[in-house]
Amino acid sequence: MTELILIFISTLLINNLVLSYFLGICPFLGVSGKIESAFGMGMAVTFVMTLATSISWLIYHLILVKFNLLFLQLVIFILVIASLVQMVEMFIRKFSSSLYQSLGIYLPLITTNCAILGAAIFMVARKYTFVEGVVFGFSGGLGFSLVLLVMAGIREELDYADIPKVFKGTPITLITAGLLALIFMGFSGLFSNL
Amino acid sequence: MKNFLKGLWKEHPVFRQLLGLCPTLAVTTTAKNGLYMGMAVIFVLVFSCLIVSLIKKIVPNQVRIAVYTVIIATFVTIVDIFFKAYIPEMSKELGPYIPLIIVNCIILGRCEAFASKNSVGKSLIDALGMSLGFTWGLFLLASIRELLGNGTILGITLLPSGYNPLIVMILPAGAFLVLGFLVALMNKIEQAK
Repeated sequence: MTELILIFISTLLINNLVLSYFLGICPFLGVSGKIESAFGMGMAVTFVMTLATSISWLIYHLILVKFNLLFLQLVIFILVIASLVQMVEMFIRKFSSSLYQSLGIYLPLITTNCAILGAAIFMVARKYTFVEGVVFGFSGGLGFSLVLLVMAGIREELDYADIPKVFKGTPITLITAGLLALIFMGFSGLFSNL
Repeated sequence: MKNFLKGLWKEHPVFRQLLGLCPTLAVTTTAKNGLYMGMAVIFVLVFSCLIVSLIKKIVPNQVRIAVYTVIIATFVTIVDIFFKAYIPEMSKELGPYIPLIIVNCIILGRCEAFASKNSVGKSLIDALGMSLGFTWGLFLLASIRELLGNGTILGITLLPSGYNPLIVMILPAGAFLVLGFLVALMNKIEQAK
C-alpha cells in the first residue's frame, strides 16, 4: 500500500510527466489558453491514460512476453492507444451526450499525445505490477491535468500583462513553463528516500 | 530547392512550428545526445515519407492515419533495435525517447501534410530539409545548455575552469527557459527582416 501511495505522489508531483519528462508538451502548450478547455483535456487524458496503461500491461505480459514478440511492442502499443481513443469516443458519444460535448473534441488529439505512449513505455521499463501500473497511469494523468490547469490559470492572467513583443505567445509560455518546472523541483524534497 | 530550404529556416519545425518539442526538450542535455536524436529522426522521417509517398494512391482515406502510424512505428522499431545493438550507451542515454519518436508530431505531420500529396522526389527533399532543420535546432539548443550547464560542448571544455556551471540549464527547467529565449530570438530576427 505504501508503495502505491509513493508511486501516486511521486508521479503526481515529483516526477511529473510534463515538467520533468516533457511528455505531452504539444497539448500542454496548445490547450492551456483557457481554464475550461484545460480541464476538459486533463480529464480526457486521465481517463484514456488509466485505461491505456492497464490494457497495454495486460497485452504486454499476457501476449507479447508469452509468445516472445517483444519487438512488436511499439507497434502494438500505438495501435492499442489509437483504437482505445476511438472506442472511448464512440462509447461516450452513445451514452453521455453532455460528457461528449465537454470531452469530445479533445479525444482525437489524444492519439498523438506522447504522454500516453510514454506512460505505457515507462510502465514496462519500470517493471510495475498490474495494480502499480494502473495507479501510475491514473496519477500520471492527474499530474498532467494539474500542471495544465495551473498553466491555464497563469496564461489567463498573462493576457493582461505587458510583455515585450518578441516574447508574446510561445516564448513567454515556455519561460513560464520553465519557472513552473523549477517550482515543482521543490517537491523532490518531500521524500528523502526517493 | 525551395522545399529543402524551408525546413531549415522559414518553416523550421522546432522554432517556427513548435513540432516535436518532447524530444527537443528532453534529450538536449548534451550536444552529443541532440546529434544522435537528430540522426534517428532523419532516418525515420526520410524513410516514412518515402513509403507514404509511394503508397499514397493505394491507401483508403479513412484509415490513412493508422497506416502512417504503423509505418512510422516500424521504422522507429528499427532505429530502437539498431541503437540497442550497436550503440548501447546512447540507447541507455536516450531511453524512452527513441520509441517516443513515433508520436513526434513532425513525422506524422510531414507524412500527412506533404508526403501524402506530393511526388516521391519532392517528399524526400522535404523530409530531408525538415529533419536537418530539426537536427540543427536540437544541436543548437543542446550546445547552449551543455555550455552553460557544464562548460563544455560535445565533451570539449570551452569555458575556463573558474566558470561556475549553471546546473539549472541541464535540469528540465533549463530546457524550457533556453527554448523560450531561442524562439523569442527567432521572432526578433524575423521581425528585423
